[in-house]
Amino acid sequence: MRAFIVRRLILIIPLLFLISVISFVTILLPPGSYVETYVQNLERTGFIMDQGQIEAIYKQYGLDQPAVLQYVLWMGNFLLKGEMGRSFIYQRPVKDVIMERLPMSAIIALASLVVTWLIAVPIGIYSALRQYSVGDYVATVIGFVGLALPNFLLALAIGYWVFAGTGRAITGLFSIEYKGAPWSIDKFVDLLGNIWLPIVVIASAGTASLIRILRATLLDEKNKQYVTTTRAKGLPERRLIMKYPVRVAINPLISTIGWTLPFIVSGEIIVSQTLGLETLGPVLLAAALGEDMFLVGSIVMILSSLTVVGTLLSDILLAWVDPRIRFERIRT
Amino acid sequence: MNQTPIHAFFSRIASGYIRWRETRAKRLQESLYYASQRKLVWHAFNRHKLARISLVFLAILYFVSVFADFFAPFGPLKRFKDFNDAPPTSIHLIKADGRLSRPHIYETKRELNTDTFKYRYSEDRSKPHSIRFIVRTEPYKLLGFIPMQHKLFGLENRQVPLLLFGSDRLGRDVFSRILFAGRISLFIGFGGVLVAFILGSILGGISGYYGGVVDEAIQRVIEVLISVPDIPIWIALSAALPRDWGTINIYFAITLILSVRGWTGLARVVRGRIISLREEEFALAAKAAGASDRRIIFKHLLPAFSSYLIVHMTLAIPGMILGETALSFLGLGIRPPAVSWGTLLQEAQDVNVLANFPWMLIPALFVVGAILMFNFVGDGLRDAADPYSSSR
Repeated sequence: MRAFIVRRLILIIPLLFLISVISFVTILLPPGSYVETYVQNLERTGFIMDQGQIEAIYKQYGLDQPAVLQYVLWMGNFLLKGEMGRSFIYQRPVKDVIMERLPMSAIIALASLVVTWLIAVPIGIYSALRQYSVGDYVATVIGFVGLALPNFLLALAIGYWVFAGTGRAITGLFSIEYKGAPWSIDKFVDLLGNIWLPIVVIASAGTASLIRILRATLLDEKNKQYVTTTRAKGLPERRLIMKYPVRVAINPLISTIGWTLPFIVSGEIIVSQTLGLETLGPVLLAAALGEDMFLVGSIVMILSSLTVVGTLLSDILLAWVDPRIRFERIRT
Repeated sequence: MNQTPIHAFFSRIASGYIRWRETRAKRLQESLYYASQRKLVWHAFNRHKLARISLVFLAILYFVSVFADFFAPFGPLKRFKDFNDAPPTSIHLIKADGRLSRPHIYETKRELNTDTFKYRYSEDRSKPHSIRFIVRTEPYKLLGFIPMQHKLFGLENRQVPLLLFGSDRLGRDVFSRILFAGRISLFIGFGGVLVAFILGSILGGISGYYGGVVDEAIQRVIEVLISVPDIPIWIALSAALPRDWGTINIYFAITLILSVRGWTGLARVVRGRIISLREEEFALAAKAAGASDRRIIFKHLLPAFSSYLIVHMTLAIPGMILGETALSFLGLGIRPPAVSWGTLLQEAQDVNVLANFPWMLIPALFVVGAILMFNFVGDGLRDAADPYSSSR
């Protein structure tokens, strides 16, 4: 097991390196340099910089250097000091902007992942055990619609429905009176009243494929001989299904976390933007529209790296649950 | 029972029809024995009812979008002054005197409600306009080069708005805009998949056929692209597009951006299949006959699993349509004045619109419908892709 984890940890390093390169390329991509945009934006607000100040910024970010050196400087600053440049939209270090919003993004993404599973696993088991029943068809149809309905639309629709029904408008994670207020029990309760909407919406999109995978595997498993044998030995049906075939069918689901997680992070950005949540999504979008490229590149890098780390954790989890994988990977 | 000549005539037609159907079914059965793979796939696909119906609807949707100039009553940018956010015009079949007549509408009039300061639209029963089919309009060019001056339907008086799905904030016909938007939204999936197909089959082919260091490098790149969430990357890349680019440039750029990740899945499929096929006898025979690597990959190996590729591509299209919708919705995709389903939905961003002008959400039905149908077609193709499997 330890050998497996070490191997995976070593493999993730080139992955993270490539991600940082891709992120840095997005910073360099826009025509005209970062500083030109920066100066233009300042001038628009009536603040004129003199040549010396402009050159000072060039020096600060090493923008007069070739691209490779710039990358080394950017990564070096990040790895050694945790600095990622300065955002000119927020007029603050990129690090501060990200750290302020990242926890909420992570919480929503993880909660969505959990809810996806909570919805998908029971429905998947039901669909497989009662194949071609009305419930199976209903689940399939709902799953398909969840897959086809753009996230933001579902968010809008449920938001409107809640508003029409209860008069509570969900705009943001906190009600107005709690925005900026220090943490308290009341604020937490208020958060719970709002946060379920984005979580449910994001989770709904991912359930369809999980249901289909679980249903397919379980359909295969439940007709295998070991199930028949156990049934013949007189184990109660419920315990029999839950104890053996379901456990086998869950394994392929764990291996899908690797691509469910990126999907959820993507969904979180769109839903957050639609509902005006205080997460990284709206910041990324504002930064992209304002060509605040250091902020864009840094957010892309942080989100991608966290997703990769999440995938790594799921792989380790899978190896822990399923010895076949653990041993096979070591042998090869 | 008395057999009148008419009875006899019809019964002969009926029995002839039954005989025709029987021979056709028989011929179909026989033809299966020596049918080409393509025919077998088609036959199996046709058994999947939902998939077949979806394919027909998709074909109609594409056809109507391509010839939107003819099917849409108005141009995508035509504005009706004083008809901002007007609800859908209702079509009547029964005239004021209670008699059935050809479909007609009543002219809409607008008045300001002095209590709520909102405009109210109502029908002016004194001014009926009947809807005409193949109606003469101002001359235009179908597909940009066929001169025409008729549209499928409309009113004689071109200044009276006929708003099937209502109008938007600027008084533009939502129905017409949806049809024109389909041109971008429906075809961006094709474009993206095409790029993904080219990249995926070349890189996947090389990766699977040669193995070794090249394979390792390509696999690492794919791993990164798969494990990275796509929306942030798309946002970052489209933010980098120059502001002054025209519609065409933006369109192609967005297509490329959408396929940045799209090719990875395909490359994996291609690689997997090639690894398992390259040791097969036909591949070894080709090699022994002195065929070049390129010829073996593209002439012998790729065609052997082309059905898998087609299934994979069909199922990739809806993702790309959703991607374009999401990007345009966020304001980073297709830019006005070009219209796509995403840009149309951009106007429906807040709850207020949903409450007061729900018809602005009709484009969403088209998005959902198109995606569902692509998924069904893909499912049908997947079942059909292996026509030799037992149950058929």
